Amino acid sequence: MLLFCAVSYGAMIFTQFNAVKGFTSIPSAIQWGISNFYPAAHSFEKLPAILNKLLETILTAIAASTIAAVFALFFSVFGSKITKVNNILSIMSRGVATLFRNIDVAAWALILLFSFGQSVLTGYFALFFVSFGFLTRAFIEVLDEVGESSVEALKATGASYPMIILKSVIPSSTPQMISWILFMIEINIRSATLVGILTGTGIGFSFDLYYKNLDYNTASLVVLTIVVSILILEYLSNYVRRVIL
Amino acid sequence: MTTLLNVKDVSKQYGQDTLALSDVNFSVEEGEFVSIIGPSGAGKSTLLRCINRMINVSSGDITFDNESVVGLKKKELRRLRTNIGMIFQHYNLVERLSVIENVMHGRLGYKSTFAGILSLYKEEEKEHAVHLLKLLGLEDQIYKRCDQLSGGQKQRVGIARALTQNPKLLLCDEPIASLDPNASKKIMDYLQNISVSMGITVLVNLHQVDVALKYSDRIIGVSGGKIVYNDSPEQMTQEKIKTIYGSEADDLIAAAGDKNAV
Repeated sequence: MLLFCAVSYGAMIFTQFNAVKGFTSIPSAIQWGISNFYPAAHSFEKLPAILNKLLETILTAIAASTIAAVFALFFSVFGSKITKVNNILSIMSRGVATLFRNIDVAAWALILLFSFGQSVLTGYFALFFVSFGFLTRAFIEVLDEVGESSVEALKATGASYPMIILKSVIPSSTPQMISWILFMIEINIRSATLVGILTGTGIGFSFDLYYKNLDYNTASLVVLTIVVSILILEYLSNYVRRVIL
Repeated sequence: MTTLLNVKDVSKQYGQDTLALSDVNFSVEEGEFVSIIGPSGAGKSTLLRCINRMINVSSGDITFDNESVVGLKKKELRRLRTNIGMIFQHYNLVERLSVIENVMHGRLGYKSTFAGILSLYKEEEKEHAVHLLKLLGLEDQIYKRCDQLSGGQKQRVGIARALTQNPKLLLCDEPIASLDPNASKKIMDYLQNISVSMGITVLVNLHQVDVALKYSDRIIGVSGGKIVYNDSPEQMTQEKIKTIYGSEADDLIAAAGDKNAV
């Protein structure tokens, strides 16, 4: 505890952060938000354009998550200690997943900007790479957790490796995997906004554009649509989870 | 009677210094009901799994149906395993699938990978599976998901899955260790029935000495990876149980006493 306090205090001195000033400026920030950051009548004229961009972003996020899931499924089957073919492949697929997962989505977007420029593809691949890394890791956990028992039983009947995977491992782990994919889609829609600012596409770009034009009313409408769409998606994915689990 | 299974000088070593089995020798005749008893960690499960090569032996030889299993390659190993059904303590079913789907898994060993994946089962295979489920009193549960069944029912599904293989030998790894006495008795009765009416050889790992004494044609006692008893139940005495289980086995000895008193 003492160490923690010392570290915080050291950091405050190092970054010249004034705690008193920081906290006292919160009320004025709220005041600014209330007086500027609300959707006005004129901003609703931009709504169709915003919704169009929002749809583009959501679809990109969904496409990146689902395609990443397909790749993650293969890698996780090779990576899980229960279904692995051999140790080398297992270590390799775990390593690839770790590499993709541990580079942040924003970093991926900036790296990929060099290859794809300011296009939807950049954002798509940035989301895809991170989702792939994350889902591979999650699926490996799912497969490990499903356990060896039915694998052992099918092996004992003389079933071949592809049969064991498709008849026992996959049926037992699909609900958890779908749950992870839904979670990934939610996360990706949030990240897609940030990635959009960097790559100049989708809803993130709309926000950036209105914000930098000092059109705070429309920018706030963009934020509002993002929040609403995320809430709807969360509700939908919770419903799907309830049905399949 | 012909010898179905012959285990000769089998040893199994885990790592550097854990000897799970050392120089195990025994044979099983066709149609016999043999129980393997012994304390936890004595090597019972390892021994059972060496027979269908779920575990590879370190040295020694196992002959099943006049064929050595030790050197079998992938394809021959699959063929061997189709002839040996296996039943597990925790049933090892795919819980999210229906009873009939689980039972049909017993046929996978006979299929090409393609046919197996697409569940292309023949009509008579399905009829046989339904027939077996009726035999085991599960005709009302055929389309139920396995996670809705009780422990005893799950184990019967496990038995049905093993029987659809048309096995010559049934390996049962502590089939009643997770069941209550009622369900346990039912399962053991079914196993005995199967052995007698279908002529299938049954090799069963057991914890309960009294159950072994009641159902077996022969009992094999394992202790510390070695066979210390291999004879009919009638020859079992308190001293012999002591050599299998060590000195802390009073209630087990009481069970044997009951048997002898009858």
